[in-house]
Amino acid sequence: MSYTAIQAEELGKSYRLGLSAAYGSLRESISEGMRKAVGRGRGPVETTRRDVLWALRDVSFSIESGEAIGLIGHNGAGKSTLLKLLSRIVEPTEGWAEVTGRVGSLLEVGTGFHPELTGRENVFLNGAILGMRRAEIRSRFDEIVEFASMERFLDTPVKRYSSGMQVRLAFAVAAHLEPEILLVDEVLAVGDAAFQRKSLAKMAEVARAGSTVVFVSHNLATIQALCERAILLEQGKVIADAPVEEAVSGYLRSLERAATTDLLDRPDRDGRAWRTSQVRRIGIYDGESGEADVIIGGRSAKIVLEVTKVLPMMECQVTILNNLGTPIVTFDSELSAPTDRRDGELGERIECEIESLPLVPGRYRIDFVLKGSQEIQDGLQAAAFFDVEPGIVDGRPIAPAGADGDISLRHSWHLPA
Amino acid sequence: MPEQLTAPAPTTEKPEPDAPPQTVRLQPTKGFSRVLAPRELWRYRDLAFQLAARDVTIRYRQTFFGAAWAILQPVALMIVFAIIGAAAGISSDGLPRGLFGLAALVPWTFFASAFLLGSESLVLNQALVAKIYFPRIFIPAAVVAAGCFDLVISTTLLIVIVFIYGLANGMLLSAATLTLPFLAAIAVMTALGAGTALSAVNVRYRDVRYIVPFATQMWFFLTPVFYPNSSLSEPLRTLSAINPMVGVVEGFRWALLDGGGHAPLTLMAISAASAALLLVGALAYFDRVERSFADLI
Repeated sequence: MSYTAIQAEELGKSYRLGLSAAYGSLRESISEGMRKAVGRGRGPVETTRRDVLWALRDVSFSIESGEAIGLIGHNGAGKSTLLKLLSRIVEPTEGWAEVTGRVGSLLEVGTGFHPELTGRENVFLNGAILGMRRAEIRSRFDEIVEFASMERFLDTPVKRYSSGMQVRLAFAVAAHLEPEILLVDEVLAVGDAAFQRKSLAKMAEVARAGSTVVFVSHNLATIQALCERAILLEQGKVIADAPVEEAVSGYLRSLERAATTDLLDRPDRDGRAWRTSQVRRIGIYDGESGEADVIIGGRSAKIVLEVTKVLPMMECQVTILNNLGTPIVTFDSELSAPTDRRDGELGERIECEIESLPLVPGRYRIDFVLKGSQEIQDGLQAAAFFDVEPGIVDGRPIAPAGADGDISLRHSWHLPA
Repeated sequence: MPEQLTAPAPTTEKPEPDAPPQTVRLQPTKGFSRVLAPRELWRYRDLAFQLAARDVTIRYRQTFFGAAWAILQPVALMIVFAIIGAAAGISSDGLPRGLFGLAALVPWTFFASAFLLGSESLVLNQALVAKIYFPRIFIPAAVVAAGCFDLVISTTLLIVIVFIYGLANGMLLSAATLTLPFLAAIAVMTALGAGTALSAVNVRYRDVRYIVPFATQMWFFLTPVFYPNSSLSEPLRTLSAINPMVGVVEGFRWALLDGGGHAPLTLMAISAASAALLLVGALAYFDRVERSFADLI
């Protein structure tokens, strides 16, 4: 029997911007209060309206029990805010939602793990934090421990675990939560590949078992695998609420649209609010023809970033992803090699030379993270797009578009004659 | 945070597996919501228990003396006070000076540490507050509950010490000892009230970090720990019981050392009322601001 699990009507959430609104010391509040009282609302009061940011506005949708829904959108589109609203962590500013059923939310793996407690103690604590009954945890305890495969370390304080072990144990607890509604925020992007696969399979199992799942991810392939329907958010509004293929292609179109706007105008960036350096432009060039944004597979290529300010210790990480958001390869300047150099001649340019980019024909995108002064300065997903044309690796044609896998490698066969 | 259960039917203790799931309505709340929603607190009781268990467990983990710290701290202070008090000629109401100090220091130490840890608790548990929903009151409450664990240990040891002293000096414990749980309850209410309110303020104003140690010190001087309340003159002597710790401290002394003497009933009554008022006020404030914790922390 199916019923409406989540019903949202004109849901909105606003935040006040600025440091003093959020933190502020008592002194600031007192002086602000006095100024308001004395000045009768002159001056700074007017600025408050401008400082309101609507992270989410006029969001309405309805989800039936048993549905698996993907939430997609750029950074800052409001996906995480929506999950926080639905899991009751924050309160809406306007509108309402009705949630029917026991909610389990996984906004982060291992929330509430305490380093001084042992693995065993943390399983119970974390289970309770995720909303499990004590009896439930006790009855699934062995299963959880087996899933994480760490029987031997159960009575060791978690602070002595490696970070991988912590994540495994945390996810094992989360995976054994059996809520009627599961809200998940990209927590699968943790652990090694094998563990990720295991986690993904577990998620699919939860969805198949009849739970309602709302899933946020940047990986469109994962979304497509898990969800029938997806909601596309852009700047806090629902742009599309449609079958997953349709929503995903809407998202891809919006990514491309965003990539054509000036990078400095993009609101969806990561990094500190008061960045001192940003990336103004990013491009990828074919190493032989020098042509921008079209690469012949297997040829050399060069990725060029222009920053607004050169800072000490600048580092850069560039990731190439396929059309569905699956990362293919990451180039990270912090993993340095003897061929790297720092060069004053470059001015505000950062270059990454790639000897051979053996990608399968298709459309790809570039994400980057910029660091400087030992902090993350800037970051953008889908900062640029480029096409790869059929090419050759070491004399062998690269597999055609649509083949399994996204890259080719130099190789040779030895076949019976 | 929104917390209005629209399910009209009274929920049974254990919902049937195929009963229609509960609906929770999320919307901007006005007025009071969660703290005054006992059903919600009950639903999250397992978490409350686990948080308290965590706070008890980590309190003395990797310490050498462990839970003995619950009594070592007041005993150490008692020794200092006994020496200074005797040297300075401070009255001890005719009671043995060491026990006079210890009977007051046991509840005071509980209060001071529960107040300090309670006021820091929400900020220290930022990750939980920002990522998980549950009634936030459990965080400061768990800290106070863990403190109660200490209080039980230290009070039990205190009773044993007084009993042994009494055997040697012909001073017997009286029925007044039975009022200790009631007196301890006043101390718990005070610690919970003050800790809860300041933990909530701390979410918004980190000034609390600087205020609490200093406020505790002032509070200490306003509480007759190393002087007897009788050294104050009326009406100050009675009015001072608005500070709930006055009734607690004087009550502890009377219950353990002076059971035959005149019971400080007025002090205890004023302090109890004052503690209850503090707690209710603190919970109401907490409830008002709780919904914005995740936004501000």
